[in-house]
Amino acid sequence: MAVITTDHLTKRFPRVTALDHLSVEVQPGVVGLVGANGAGKSTLIKILLGLAPATEGTARVLGLDVATEGGAIRERVGYMPEHDCLPPDVSATEFVVHMARMSGLPATAARERTADILRHVGLYEERYRPIGTYSTGMKQRVKLAQALVHDPQLVLLDEPTNGLDPVGRDDMLELIRRVHREFGISVLVTSHLLGELERTCDHVVVIDGGKLLRSSSTADLTAATSLLAVEVTERQDDPAFDVNAALRARLTEAGLTVGADSGHVLLVELDGDEVYDVIRDAVAELGVGLVRLEQRRHHISEVFAAGAHGVDGADKAEEVAHV
Amino acid sequence: MSETHAPEGRLDVIHDIGYRHYEGPRLGVGYATRSLYTSSLRGAFGLGRSGKSKILPMAMTAIMAVPALIIVAVSIYVKMGKLPVDYPQYLTNLQFVTAVFTAAQAPVLLSRDLRFMTVPLYFSRPLRSSDYVRAKYAAMVSAVFILTVLPMLIMWIGSMLGSMDFGYNTKHFAFGVVAAAFYSLVYAGLGLLIASLTPRRGFGVAAIIALFMVSAGVSGALREVMHVTGHQAASFWVAMLNPGFLIDSTVSWMFDLPLRGNVAQMPTTLGGVVFLAEIAVLAAGTFALLVRRYRKI
Repeated sequence: MAVITTDHLTKRFPRVTALDHLSVEVQPGVVGLVGANGAGKSTLIKILLGLAPATEGTARVLGLDVATEGGAIRERVGYMPEHDCLPPDVSATEFVVHMARMSGLPATAARERTADILRHVGLYEERYRPIGTYSTGMKQRVKLAQALVHDPQLVLLDEPTNGLDPVGRDDMLELIRRVHREFGISVLVTSHLLGELERTCDHVVVIDGGKLLRSSSTADLTAATSLLAVEVTERQDDPAFDVNAALRARLTEAGLTVGADSGHVLLVELDGDEVYDVIRDAVAELGVGLVRLEQRRHHISEVFAAGAHGVDGADKAEEVAHV
Repeated sequence: MSETHAPEGRLDVIHDIGYRHYEGPRLGVGYATRSLYTSSLRGAFGLGRSGKSKILPMAMTAIMAVPALIIVAVSIYVKMGKLPVDYPQYLTNLQFVTAVFTAAQAPVLLSRDLRFMTVPLYFSRPLRSSDYVRAKYAAMVSAVFILTVLPMLIMWIGSMLGSMDFGYNTKHFAFGVVAAAFYSLVYAGLGLLIASLTPRRGFGVAAIIALFMVSAGVSGALREVMHVTGHQAASFWVAMLNPGFLIDSTVSWMFDLPLRGNVAQMPTTLGGVVFLAEIAVLAAGTFALLVRRYRKI
């Protein structure tokens, strides 16, 4: 069963349209929600929590309607906001116990769950110290802990790696994977950093300007088609000769899809081992040296580039995507 | 700890206890609202907070109660047979203490959550914004009620110990409880409403104190002007401008208690009814505005 379904979800503010007929279906797992700042991520989360009404369209979380069953959704969902949200003068234990009770857990259960979850996110002795004395990484763990303490079926994590150093970032991403793998809790995680989501998520939903750019599995996005980066030398006796153009023409003629990155590197779609032979022969026939021949993966960022340049963004938003 | 299954030398054995799902009861919005009420009421007296945050509320509670203890002790010792101060009168005399307590503690209940942006965490739970406001309002009302009823309770118990007139003391203690209820509703409502407007606790404290002081000053000055210009009979209306004078006048009018000369003129029947209505409007209005304030977060 899908954990999140939106159908032509639209949110208009007086000046801007934050979400524009967004139709998407999110299955259990770790799902990344990517978009630049202002793409509509936070608005979507607010609507999914039943805290803001949609202008048009519908959305369901865990099978519950956001418009009418917000309370039931918020009982089963955890939320970690992007911004600071921790009072500095109480300890992590006191704070998380309080938040557990706000989720309806009886006092004893709240204390037990708090001890458990703080251990799971990696806070030990320091949990008795005031939060004001914590590092950014520890604060992020407390924020995650309060989102998990009531054992939700789904957590919404808004930019959980914000402000962390590279090591802290890796730790947080690993923790997020464990939330799904070991705790069995589905995760919707937002980020504007694409590299992170490639490593962490099973599926990625890309939105821009409130519209759906793409929604597919991370594997589809990055690994289905590998690229070969090809770089060759110039002709010693004829520096004016455009080797790249010639090579490109030959490869295209041979039926290959050829692109180029910003420099002197051609990117060739690798759809079989024979591609290597074709490139080798073409380079040899041109009589130039082969400097580089290496495999590259697509990056999610290319989706963005394609979306920004493509004219079919609106059409894509119309179709219901299955993650 | 006995992770017997953990491979030797692993540093992360503590993780291997494994994640346990929660199968127990989820008690819902009513329970969460009550929990928030309890923790906020404790917070209003600095309980469960650092030692520093206990100083002011506890000091105000002591300043409120100690004179009552002294009055009782002296009255019993010299066998007066009657307490020298009437119950509602005691609250009027110590109005300033109630105002300081409200100014200091109302921002504790609301400004903290605003300043540290904890409010969205509450609203991402089953609680609605109106439940949050209800819990905070009830907690502050209860805190002021405890503060104001405590000294009168001391006086009433003292009057019993001193074998004073049971009927008289119980009746006037009841008048005092009504006055305490008015103080609680009006002071807590005004204090919280102002506190909800700023994430800065200091601003909240200053603004609330200013409201009580300035309105008292304006009200007093106007009364003087009316006396001098010969509008003495109508001068009771100025009590409407200050919450403390308003409650004092209303309670005196309701129970026909003697007025201290310098407080106000006894209101007419029309005046009394209008005063009562103003108390109701202040209590209900501040609550409604608070609910509105938190609707869009």
